[in-house]
Amino acid sequence: MKRERSDWAHLIRLGGLLVLGLVAFVFIRPLFIPEGFGVYGHYRAGAILDGRDHPLEYAGRADCEMCHSDVVDLQEERQSSHRRLSCEGCHGPLAAHAAAPDDVRPVLPDITPACVTCHEKSAGRPPLVPQVEVRDHSGGEACSSCHVAHTPGMF
Amino acid sequence: MDVPRRQFLVESGRWLMLTGVAACAYEAMLAGQPVDAEYEMSDHWWGMLIDVDKCIGCGLCVKACKEENNVPDSPYYFNTWVERYRVQLADREHPLVDSPNGGADGFPALEESDDERVFFVPKLCNHCIDSPCTQVCPVGATFRSPDGVVLVDEKYCIGCRYCIQACPYGCRYLDPRTHTAKKCTLCYHRIVKGLTTACCEVCPTGARQLFDLKNPGDPIHAYLREHPVQVLKPQLATGSKLYYANLDGTVR
Repeated sequence: MKRERSDWAHLIRLGGLLVLGLVAFVFIRPLFIPEGFGVYGHYRAGAILDGRDHPLEYAGRADCEMCHSDVVDLQEERQSSHRRLSCEGCHGPLAAHAAAPDDVRPVLPDITPACVTCHEKSAGRPPLVPQVEVRDHSGGEACSSCHVAHTPGMF
Repeated sequence: MDVPRRQFLVESGRWLMLTGVAACAYEAMLAGQPVDAEYEMSDHWWGMLIDVDKCIGCGLCVKACKEENNVPDSPYYFNTWVERYRVQLADREHPLVDSPNGGADGFPALEESDDERVFFVPKLCNHCIDSPCTQVCPVGATFRSPDGVVLVDEKYCIGCRYCIQACPYGCRYLDPRTHTAKKCTLCYHRIVKGLTTACCEVCPTGARQLFDLKNPGDPIHAYLREHPVQVLKPQLATGSKLYYANLDGTVR
């Protein structure tokens, strides 16, 4: 028995639709995937680079030492217990000053709060740093009356 | 067209193999493209060592981190923070933990007591190898980079907060300015330039040490040979690379 065309025409239409859909999928899908997605994993590879442009705030002690060798020399000479400390721990973030020394002038830190940050006596503080009960120790006097921050022994 | 079965199998096998090889080569070519000539990601594997016995709770790390990474200054947003543990000798299961303003302004002075042990625990992102936070992200906006740093793609994050819930260490928050997830980047912008992180830079006692396990010259190797270290919540098998030395078992 000969089959009529109308018996299977609907299958061709269906198959055609499927093929069309597949082709559309293949062409449209990349438009929704950001560049670099999947290069290293399920994320945009460019995202790794994005964060690298974040500006520096802390220059690091090595940068400070390039100009402020007088402090370094003094600390080495007196074997100061502060000679390995980060300058910016007390002086604050100064990458801007390191980049443009004359344009950005740092402000001297308030000395007593800076000292108290590490040297106030409190339970749980390991005895790595000398600790005093500041109120009894100084009676309200600024730490700098007796101590020099860069070489913190007595005068 | 009359193709013998043997020839058909040989031919199709050949084509299958060739397409496979071509696809692999293409993948390798893409992966091999250096993104930065001076910094090769495959040469690094970053983590951090924290010696609890050296932390004096000064909070300089918290302040430095906020400055360096532009973390919202109002309370409760921290990339790193310091907790003070007071473990009661009679009840070790319930340590008293405080962290006023994340420890950024130090801690209120505390009298020594014979009944408790007090110590400070700095915390930050653990930069897990198999981190739960990256696995739950529905859009692939957070990931562990090939050099072992867990980062957030700010342009792609939809702010659904799923990762914030997933992090077992509480290290993520939603930035109220951008409405995207934020976290410690291990100062990625610094370490790729050869600098240490801001928190490690200012730490006065060396309680925090950035390390690179793929750098044979890193002192971490000698340290790990001679000292036991722990990670937080090891039972979760997150592959944390935040190693703690002298950690008390009460720390969660």
